[in-house]
Amino acid sequence: MGQRIDVNHLNVYYGDFHAVDDVNMVLESNKVTAFIGPSGCGKSTVLRTLNRMHETTPGAHVTGEVLLEGKDLYAPDTDPVEVRRDVGMVFQRPNPFPTMSIRENVLAGVKLNNKHISKSDADDLVEWALRGAALWNDVKDRLDKPGIGLSGGQQQRLCIARAVAVHPQVLLMDEPCSALDPISTLAVEDLIGELKDEFTIVIVTHNMQQAARVSDTTAFFNTQGSGKPGHLVEMADTTTIFSNPQSEETENYISGRFG
Amino acid sequence: MSDKNQTQTVEPQALDPDFVPTPDFDKFKPSRSSLAARKRTDLLMRILIYIAFVIALIPLISVLYTTVVNGVHRFDWYFLTHNMRGVVGGLYPYGGILHAAVGTLEITLGAVLISVPIGIMTAVYLVEYSAKKRLHKAISFLIDVMSGIPSIVAGLFAYAMFSLILGPGTMNGFVGSVALSILMIPTIVRTTEEMLSIVPVDLREASYALGVSKSRTIVKIVLRTALPGIVSGVILAIARVIGETAPLLVTAGAISSTNFNLFSGRMTTLPVYVYNEFQQGIASCPTISKFGSDDFGLCVPGIRMERAWAAALVLIIVVLILNAIGRLVAKIFSVKTK
Amino acid sequence: MKKFSADKLFKWCAVGAGVLILAVLAAVAVFLLIQASPVFIGDRDAAAHSISSFTGGSTTNFFVFVGPLIFGTILASALALFLAFFVAVGIALFISHYAPKRLASVLSYIVDLLAAIPSVVYGLWGAFVLVPHTYPVWKVINSVLGWIPLFGGPVSNPPRTIATVSIVLAVMILPIITSMARDIFVQTPLLQQEAALALGATKWEMIKLAVLPFGTNGLVSASMLGLGRALGETMAVLMILSPGSTYGIHIFTASRNQTIAANIAAQFPEADSMGVSTLIATGLVLFVITFAVNYIARRITHRSSSKKNGMIASVMAWSTRKFSSRNANHSAVSKSDTGDNNNGKAGE
Repeated sequence: MGQRIDVNHLNVYYGDFHAVDDVNMVLESNKVTAFIGPSGCGKSTVLRTLNRMHETTPGAHVTGEVLLEGKDLYAPDTDPVEVRRDVGMVFQRPNPFPTMSIRENVLAGVKLNNKHISKSDADDLVEWALRGAALWNDVKDRLDKPGIGLSGGQQQRLCIARAVAVHPQVLLMDEPCSALDPISTLAVEDLIGELKDEFTIVIVTHNMQQAARVSDTTAFFNTQGSGKPGHLVEMADTTTIFSNPQSEETENYISGRFG
Repeated sequence: MSDKNQTQTVEPQALDPDFVPTPDFDKFKPSRSSLAARKRTDLLMRILIYIAFVIALIPLISVLYTTVVNGVHRFDWYFLTHNMRGVVGGLYPYGGILHAAVGTLEITLGAVLISVPIGIMTAVYLVEYSAKKRLHKAISFLIDVMSGIPSIVAGLFAYAMFSLILGPGTMNGFVGSVALSILMIPTIVRTTEEMLSIVPVDLREASYALGVSKSRTIVKIVLRTALPGIVSGVILAIARVIGETAPLLVTAGAISSTNFNLFSGRMTTLPVYVYNEFQQGIASCPTISKFGSDDFGLCVPGIRMERAWAAALVLIIVVLILNAIGRLVAKIFSVKTK
Repeated sequence: MKKFSADKLFKWCAVGAGVLILAVLAAVAVFLLIQASPVFIGDRDAAAHSISSFTGGSTTNFFVFVGPLIFGTILASALALFLAFFVAVGIALFISHYAPKRLASVLSYIVDLLAAIPSVVYGLWGAFVLVPHTYPVWKVINSVLGWIPLFGGPVSNPPRTIATVSIVLAVMILPIITSMARDIFVQTPLLQQEAALALGATKWEMIKLAVLPFGTNGLVSASMLGLGRALGETMAVLMILSPGSTYGIHIFTASRNQTIAANIAAQFPEADSMGVSTLIATGLVLFVITFAVNYIARRITHRSSSKKNGMIASVMAWSTRKFSSRNANHSAVSKSDTGDNNNGKAGE
């Protein structure tokens, strides 16, 4: 089952640069939350703070709290390695490990903790994850072939399978369809609808139609201009955001008047 | 991070109408001990990687330290301005490296004069004239082969060539220059090639559009733009060959007086000087002169090692300065690619 | 008309330079062969006499003479490679993934300094620092691991041995392997590193999952080039090793082995014309060995580049450009990869 995330007074900095200002939000469990907004508004940055991936950028740091089911991800005794196990991530562009087969890719995360998994357990897990990612029927006969031999859309689903195989509570998706063609995009979007039964999903997207199609809740981020911190403008049910936004900024963005 | 009861999965049938095996995720949960073990491995590897770096620093510091400490003793104006003529055993005059410095300078200059035009023109050919031809592949491959030639083999080649042309046993500075240029050419070709290929295509096209001929475009635009990179590459190449010993040992030999003629007679170079002094070991001292008068100085049995270290110090200083200049040129004048 | 001919002239200069490279390499082979030929097709007695004088009368056969030299060359170089490899990979990882960015460039410069120091200085250093001070170390290793043939046998003091030589050779090839390894590691696609981290990998696990597999072929290739360098290294061996002409495997025992390059440099000044021919013939053998090693290194490079969709191809092109500037991206593939990744990272 997915877990819920509470974000309280989150500020993100890259060195001296204040990237995101005072974000407060609740990401409900087993819901799909979409982050939308113009470029540079901090939506990807916020997403990356949810599993502490932003720390891979030198100089990045945050203030405030991110609570996963009440536990602060930024508590001093919390290890980012463990955070990332519970909060999985799928990236903009498909990134299967090029030297690994499809099967090895799926098992990569689990193998970190369990050096010796029995073959039958591994088989079950691979099948479960690939079915979950709607890829099983495409690849079941060539599990030992390299993952980068797949098409772009299949690679992205393989990455989703790899992320869900670890069985995280939350799945973060950073513009997962931006490098995909429309058909693959549709397949991934369908998949998101199915995956939310099992995971809490947060997706960053540039595409408002996509947000409208896949998400239950939508958060709109904006910035006053380049160099200024991004902030959360409003967050509500997706239908509310797209039909009856509270803020004029949101309405302008959604109706395409800027951004 | 997560509570135990969250690992129950929903009915997987919800995901797929077919039968789906439901893995038992508890099996794959990280145990406390496995996590601790992973962290230990991570820490261990971090420590090993840091140690690796320290290990590399030890020889560097040790080499520089010993060279400086042993070298400063003889490193003075006298040493730089005298050759080894009339130097006997450990007696005064103590000798110096003037002849070796002259030899190194001339031989290296000769090598530069041979290899720079050939190297740059070859790179021009590779980048500008031979897009994917068979000759391109052959030359490119042979450049790689050349860069792998052991320096002593390059020396033997030059020796063999001149022996056949000018008669057996020909040894002079120019033979050494040829040997060194074999070692320099591949480096120069590769750096020039790299520098030429990052000159934007737009620049060439803009020039052609103005009706400028290809050769003028290459000389005035492409080579001009790439010049700092090429200069830096050449300087670094010089820094590498200036310390070569083995090829000069078999081509230019050694002599104790100063020979200014690159094309005739043996020529000592700094590295060969270092080796020769080292190889001759302890100098002989007649018993009397140990108490010799101040006018002539004392007989120093370890004089040869002192000279070897001092010459090594000179060599290191020259090489480091060349390196610094090469990098500085690259840095200051570099084409901004971003 | 004048312009046209200038254009042509310039072009033919460029072509000529390229062809000259071909000619020079052909000349290297031909001249060496000609000079070496008397050993095989010349006066047999003179050849036998000269080989006999090199070997102290133990043999008159060229191949019996050169065999131990080949063995000694490979033994010393292989040990040096073994010593240098892990340290080089460690330093490369330190520079590419552990050290802060600003420190990293200083550190690479320091490592490159190791490559700048002339070999004759390493020879001096080996003879005056390592030889007097390493005997206790060899003694300890010998007494603990003496049951391994490599570490067995009597321990010579002073240790003018293969073991000491291989340390110096290792130091000398360390910067080559390091700088190449670093260049590859730095180019590991950020996306793959993030993928590993997002799965809950520790830093080391991330390196194992993403960085090392990406760099494997490059590391092999770098090692081979380092090996090639060690095989041809003359001065350090010449100044440290007490030579011998056996197939001795005990690396702590002096006067058992010699390398081809050091043997040439040692014998050349005293050799007569047949002696020079003999030495040149051994030089040819060295040339063939280093050529084979370098060729294998480049074959690995090429194979990997076709196999992995050019991902590594860009990285591999540099083997001879290792000390030139690193700001240039050699291929569009790697450029777009890193470029996009950076956008993905800092863009939003």
